[in-house]
Amino acid sequence: MTTSPPTAALLHAQGLAFARNDEPVFGPLDFALARGETLLVEGDNGSGKTTLLRVLAGLMPASAGELRFDEAPLRRESLAGRALFLGHQLGLKLDLSAAENLRHFVALYGQREGLAPAAALDEVGLAGYADEPVRRLSAGQKKRAALARLLLAPADLWLLDEPFANLDRHGIALVNRLLAAHAARGGAALVTSHGAVSFTDPSTRHLRLELNA
Amino acid sequence: MRPGSTAAACTAVLRRDLLLAWRRRGDAAFPVLYALIVATLFPFALGPEDALLARIAAGVVLLTVLLAMLLAFDALFRPDLEDGSLELLLLAPQPLALLLGMKILAHWLTTALPLIVIAPLLAMMLHLPAPAQPVLLAALLLGTPLLSLLGAVLVALTAGTHRSGMLLALMLLPLTVPVVIFAAGAVSAAEAGLPHLAPLLWLGAALVLALVLAPLACAAALRIALDA
Amino acid sequence: MNTLTLWLHKLGSPPTFYRFAGAVRPWLLAAALLAGAIGLYGGLVLAPADYQQGDAYRIIFIHVPSAWMGLFIYACMAAAGFVALVWRIKLAEIVAMECAPIGAAFTFITLVTGSLWGKPMWGTWWTWDARLTSELVLLFLYLGVIGLYYAIEDRRKAARAAAFLALIGIINLPIVHFSVQWWNTLHQGSTVRILGPSHIAPSMLWPLLAMALATKLYFGASLLGRARVALLAQEGGKDWVRALAQPEGSRP
Repeated sequence: MTTSPPTAALLHAQGLAFARNDEPVFGPLDFALARGETLLVEGDNGSGKTTLLRVLAGLMPASAGELRFDEAPLRRESLAGRALFLGHQLGLKLDLSAAENLRHFVALYGQREGLAPAAALDEVGLAGYADEPVRRLSAGQKKRAALARLLLAPADLWLLDEPFANLDRHGIALVNRLLAAHAARGGAALVTSHGAVSFTDPSTRHLRLELNA
Repeated sequence: MRPGSTAAACTAVLRRDLLLAWRRRGDAAFPVLYALIVATLFPFALGPEDALLARIAAGVVLLTVLLAMLLAFDALFRPDLEDGSLELLLLAPQPLALLLGMKILAHWLTTALPLIVIAPLLAMMLHLPAPAQPVLLAALLLGTPLLSLLGAVLVALTAGTHRSGMLLALMLLPLTVPVVIFAAGAVSAAEAGLPHLAPLLWLGAALVLALVLAPLACAAALRIALDA
Repeated sequence: MNTLTLWLHKLGSPPTFYRFAGAVRPWLLAAALLAGAIGLYGGLVLAPADYQQGDAYRIIFIHVPSAWMGLFIYACMAAAGFVALVWRIKLAEIVAMECAPIGAAFTFITLVTGSLWGKPMWGTWWTWDARLTSELVLLFLYLGVIGLYYAIEDRRKAARAAAFLALIGIINLPIVHFSVQWWNTLHQGSTVRILGPSHIAPSMLWPLLAMALATKLYFGASLLGRARVALLAQEGGKDWVRALAQPEGSRP
């Protein structure tokens, strides 16, 4: 587990732990995530990576510990619009086209200046598939359609659960490109991975979750 | 409308759910067919005697609509829960109660409204006296949104359980007793030539209350059911 | 005031509650048995037979206290559920959920005794009397809460969801009662008014009150016992439960 000096950390966790039915799932964890940083959360299956991300997204409350977001205690309201969670269920409607799905997303989450859903789809390599029902896309293409949200939403903190899953080499490069651009803009990201992909940006720090026996 | 504003978000939710229902418009026929078949079974069970059917017509139509709605409730959150769009909705920087209100409205428009449209047909098949027909329609127009709102709160509570159909029936049906009583009471009062406005007004009052409270309760219930 | 809140706060911790409940429960149970014995003796032996109903009316000494308890326990469940939802106190969740089966049992007893009483009174086991019908709906509400509690796997989440349902139920309960009453007058059912509480003879009243006290005490004892067991089941991995089990486990 690495921790850096918490200079103006965007996200700061202290003693963060989660238990289900009194069975510890992860933690206690201490980490800080500053703007421009990417934290790669590693761990075996069942070590609580997804749960950690869901807690950070505000989908469920932590059992113990303190979470601070932008120097204030993390609350669901303070995250609204500033954090973006991408789970392994992608939240795409199969009967709608990729563009329709993204337009719905933008209506809910807002849109960054100067980028439209169609352009975002071009950028994630789905040019020509915008009006195709998501049902007809491959698993990797669906993932790309979901990743297009990262381009559109004006969020500071990305919480990405297994963003590399189902992606080919170009797709992995795409995620790395997105993360690098996000970091350059001053955004922060937490990314889970079970360790199968090589994520080799030197600015990336690692957080290792151990299985709770 | 600026993307990300509450108005845009509400419109988007309503539009998307209606669009999804339109893309799978065949599904909308199921509750209607179900109601039609159940109502048809009554004369088989009780005999085709006009006077008897006329007496029970209003009750049969009301309960048939209620049961058809009960079956359709599963589709309110389950697809969204399974594909992850519900999480997206929960985390959106928008008032959740309003978004859920839009979802409930879309659900009412796509499941209850078709039932209301065929209700006069069912009532005629069962020989409901003509003067009672408009009252039945009014009772349905006030009662079904009430059921949708009440049902949505309970469906939200059962989101994430596996055997939610039977469980929902067990939870919802006792709570619908007042709705059934006032709706049926209004129609039977109209049949007897008695004043029927009071029970309809009670339904209306309950509807107003539910319109305000149910979306909030639904949001709270969904947060309870989905954390963990 | 301050000491009281402090005491309540301490009582909210599972080990303290476990010991407290274990100590109080036998006393409550004994008091319940005593009050029940007095009430039954007064009701079944001392109280005179009714001039209209003969001895059949004596079932009220079970029926009426049970009916009161059905509502009372629902209110307790909703109150504990409210505390559980607002302050996320585990003990409140357990208390709320352990109320439900007891309340359902009392409501069931009310229905059975009401139906037994109905046979000599109305000549039928069941009639759609407003009060009996309301009790039936109450039983369904209890069953819904219990059903939801056992349908969700995570115990704490299940308790919170079921507590929420109990709260919806308590808002709905007066409406159900009112609507059933209205429905009953609309259809002019067989409304035989038996003994309004206003004109009940004192010789019948005091055994009734004794029975009401007995059922309340029994509820307290039963709730504490059930909550103890539920606490053990849910806190099985905690140190204080291990410490409890240790002396017995280490014996040869």
